[in-house]
Amino acid sequence: MTLITPALAGKSAAETVRAGLTRRERDTAGLVMSALLLLATLFTLLILATVLARLIGEAGPYLGDRGTAFITDSIGSDPDEIGIWPGVYGSALLAMAVVVLAIPMGIAAALYLEEYAITKNRLNQFILVNIRNLAGVPAVIFGVLGFIIFVKWLEPMTAGKSVIAAGLTMSVLVLPIVVITSMEAIRAVPQGLRDGGYGVGGSRWEVTRDHVLPYAAPGILTGTMLSLARALGEAAPLIIVGAVTGLLPETSLTGKFTALPILIFNWSGKAQPPGSEHSFSQAAAATGVVLLVLVLFFNAAAIVLRNRFERRRVGT
Amino acid sequence: MNRMDRSNEHSREQRMVTASANVSALPEQVHPVFQLDDVSVLYGDFRAVTGATMSIREHEITAFIGPSGCGKTTILRCLNRMNDFIESAKVEGTITYHGVDLYDPAVNSTEVRRRIGMVFQKPNPFPKSIYDNVAYGPRLSGIKKKADLDVVVEKSLRGAALWDEVKDRLKSSGLSLSGGQQQRLCIARAIAVEPDVILMDEPCSALDPIATARIEELMKEIKSEYTIVIVTHNMQQAARVSDRTAFFTTEIGDSDRRTGQLVEFNPTAKMFSNPDDERTEQYVTGRFG
Repeated sequence: MTLITPALAGKSAAETVRAGLTRRERDTAGLVMSALLLLATLFTLLILATVLARLIGEAGPYLGDRGTAFITDSIGSDPDEIGIWPGVYGSALLAMAVVVLAIPMGIAAALYLEEYAITKNRLNQFILVNIRNLAGVPAVIFGVLGFIIFVKWLEPMTAGKSVIAAGLTMSVLVLPIVVITSMEAIRAVPQGLRDGGYGVGGSRWEVTRDHVLPYAAPGILTGTMLSLARALGEAAPLIIVGAVTGLLPETSLTGKFTALPILIFNWSGKAQPPGSEHSFSQAAAATGVVLLVLVLFFNAAAIVLRNRFERRRVGT
Repeated sequence: MNRMDRSNEHSREQRMVTASANVSALPEQVHPVFQLDDVSVLYGDFRAVTGATMSIREHEITAFIGPSGCGKTTILRCLNRMNDFIESAKVEGTITYHGVDLYDPAVNSTEVRRRIGMVFQKPNPFPKSIYDNVAYGPRLSGIKKKADLDVVVEKSLRGAALWDEVKDRLKSSGLSLSGGQQQRLCIARAIAVEPDVILMDEPCSALDPIATARIEELMKEIKSEYTIVIVTHNMQQAARVSDRTAFFTTEIGDSDRRTGQLVEFNPTAKMFSNPDDERTEQYVTGRFG
């Protein structure tokens, strides 16, 4: 055995084993590596902490002065009196469009590709590759697409530069994310579950509805929440499809509209008007806090729902 | 053909003659449940199993034995068209069920599986209550009333010798049961839809000897009502429970891949005492496999 080195020869067997087992060697490479990994983690945390500290530092006093009026007031030209209501309403409409359009369509497409389609088929392979590519397309490009299709071509239906066109654009933008995350969740469903359903005479739809979907639900839910957060946070496509960056008393369904990220984009560069106590950048930070709270709320809801589904899955 | 081969051939024929005398121990049926004629299964270009010809008879337990990769599970899954879900799988030859070609385009595979139930290698209860596991199949076939379902659930759980162990906790999850109980729950789930045939794919391979003995006992009890086909890795199990045994093995086929083939199909007593084929004898006596 190579473990017994010549230096240990002559000692008793137990001593030799003890010496071998208790030998300590400084693992320099391992120490350096773990330090580097820790450093990387800390750095990531530091960035997050800085962003949060800056944002809350800017927004805190402002939000304290303004209170709920900041949420319910309309957009104006004085940072002391402006509110984000048109943006909240616009963002809510966008989220609703995603929930109503992109999520059901995305889950349906994922079910088709995973449960129904014969994946060896060329057409299905082609569809799959394209959905994957689509998920990597920058948001601005979707904005251009939305402008051409929803604002120009479908103007009679969307009323041009409206929140309807924006909602459709956002739905298209997050659709590939919903499809891909749902497909992954569906692929993780154990084959035994499907076999069991088919084995007692379930049809493909019955097995999908009763076993595949409930099992995949937590994963699908995570994907949909991610997509919702994405739709709430994107600004670029909205600017292209015509979100209003200036004064706007209210967002309407077919008229002018805006959304929270647009307000942040608009206010963050604006100079403080003379005579105002607060600055626009404070208002932008406050809007950022509102957006963050919304996204965190969705994530928390996703986690709670996922845990509930998972508990049912393991049957406790 | 040289003389050696010829003499081998001759002795095999002789043995077959003596064999046919033994078969009379089991009643011959004119209309078998399944009749397989030269069945082959291909996965794409790969021939997984070939040349399966056999009659599976009513109220008997038919066992499929053989080394891994010999195609016994593949053939089993053809009997209720579970292979439909494997995209590249293709069945050649004919399989009739009570005289009806199972692979006739007019045949509805869901109806096939309602009549020909299945129990799988790994116990796979649904992540639902014990009650809902058993009631799932009957609900699909349209039994909606609670009272009717209660009757079916109790009858099926009794049939699977599980009722006494679970009657006080029908609401708890099927996954909370032990492995052996889960497998009996799966049998209860299968018999709840009152199938004609139950296919079992190595139902005891994940179970300990005591749970295995219970399942075997159960199989013998329920065979008066059902026709059972079981795939097993365990030759002793085949010897203990089955009436007839099919022995499959693998041969190097085209493109150097192993193709399974049916070597012999005979009453179990004969298979284990005086098989027709030398390979069967070698396998059952443990000389290979």
